[in-house]
Amino acid sequence: MSEQVKKFLYVNRKAPYGTIYAQESLEVVLIGAAFDQDVSMAFLDDGVFQLTKGQDTKGIGLKNFSATFRALGDYEVTKLYVEKESLDERGLTLDDLQNIEYEDEDDDYAEKPSIRLVSRAEMADVMAEQDVVLSF
Amino acid sequence: MKFGIVVSEGPYTHQASDSAYNFVKAALAKGHEVSRVFFYHDGVNVGTRLSIPPQDDRQIQEQWTALAKEHDLDLVICIAAAQRRGLLDQNEADRQGKDANNIAEGFRISGLGQLIEMGIQADRTITFGD
Amino acid sequence: MATLHTVNKSPFQNPTLISCLGHAKAGDAVLMIEDGVYGAMNGTALSDAMATLGGDVSLYVLGDDLAARGIDAARLADGVTSVDYDGFVDLAANHDRTQNWL
Repeated sequence: MSEQVKKFLYVNRKAPYGTIYAQESLEVVLIGAAFDQDVSMAFLDDGVFQLTKGQDTKGIGLKNFSATFRALGDYEVTKLYVEKESLDERGLTLDDLQNIEYEDEDDDYAEKPSIRLVSRAEMADVMAEQDVVLSF
Repeated sequence: MKFGIVVSEGPYTHQASDSAYNFVKAALAKGHEVSRVFFYHDGVNVGTRLSIPPQDDRQIQEQWTALAKEHDLDLVICIAAAQRRGLLDQNEADRQGKDANNIAEGFRISGLGQLIEMGIQADRTITFGD
Repeated sequence: MATLHTVNKSPFQNPTLISCLGHAKAGDAVLMIEDGVYGAMNGTALSDAMATLGGDVSLYVLGDDLAARGIDAARLADGVTSVDYDGFVDLAANHDRTQNWL
């Protein structure tokens, strides 16, 4: 759709369900996938809570949108940077998060993890490399 | 410089729309271009023409309408966020079988793709939100 | 390739400013706007943390938001520069990207 390729970073720092930001930012990512840009997502601070497994919203009546994260690979969004210090501060590990994978077409469609665990310093480096940073 | 602006909170409850408006005015006065102002999340509520703010306070929607007219700004309201929150133009109202529409002059409803396109085309993208 | 960060939350209410400073790289600019301007005050419980974390970035505050909140320029922490909206525009233009911490 566009000749110019920019590095887009979607920054997620808020927990799901208490506010709509997590869900509506995911909608931007999915629509944005059609533009063939170099897309990454950052999960830090309370944003890491968006990726927990076992979300069951039946009791609160809100739409459970957590499965959408698992579809990101189909949209070629394969770089989900999750900050380790943010997990640690919240008593979480990678095991508490969903298994999100993509198929690497350059490697015989091998399934690989989309979640990239990074340190705070590495997250800062990722942020500093971007052309467009969208925060929600 | 070409600026793309995102307003992601509604009028009055948050300062976001005001900060964005002031930034846009200053940027235009300095001779910069503002390629688009994209309203997302509750920001879509800035575009209702039915608001009646107190007379002794700023008229947020009218300010945007006037600024857009003066500088030919592209004020875009995200359709998905607008549908959720009941912000419609005549087209949408007819399409969805609603008995009214409420969009203000100078705003247009369009898809999220307009936000990405703005990010691609602008030199700088700035988000005003909560 | 420096970044202009903006923060609009009071650091006494919300850790966003601290998180921003923890991610800003040396040479970046951090502009406090809206309720974020309270982070620019001297003599607060956060002043030491601000001085440490903000050591290698340029700190700015939007003067109009300070004035709105009745904070006199004399209360600004050392090393924080007040700018107006023109200055905000210049900062955005002169940095390669803007990251808005919400």
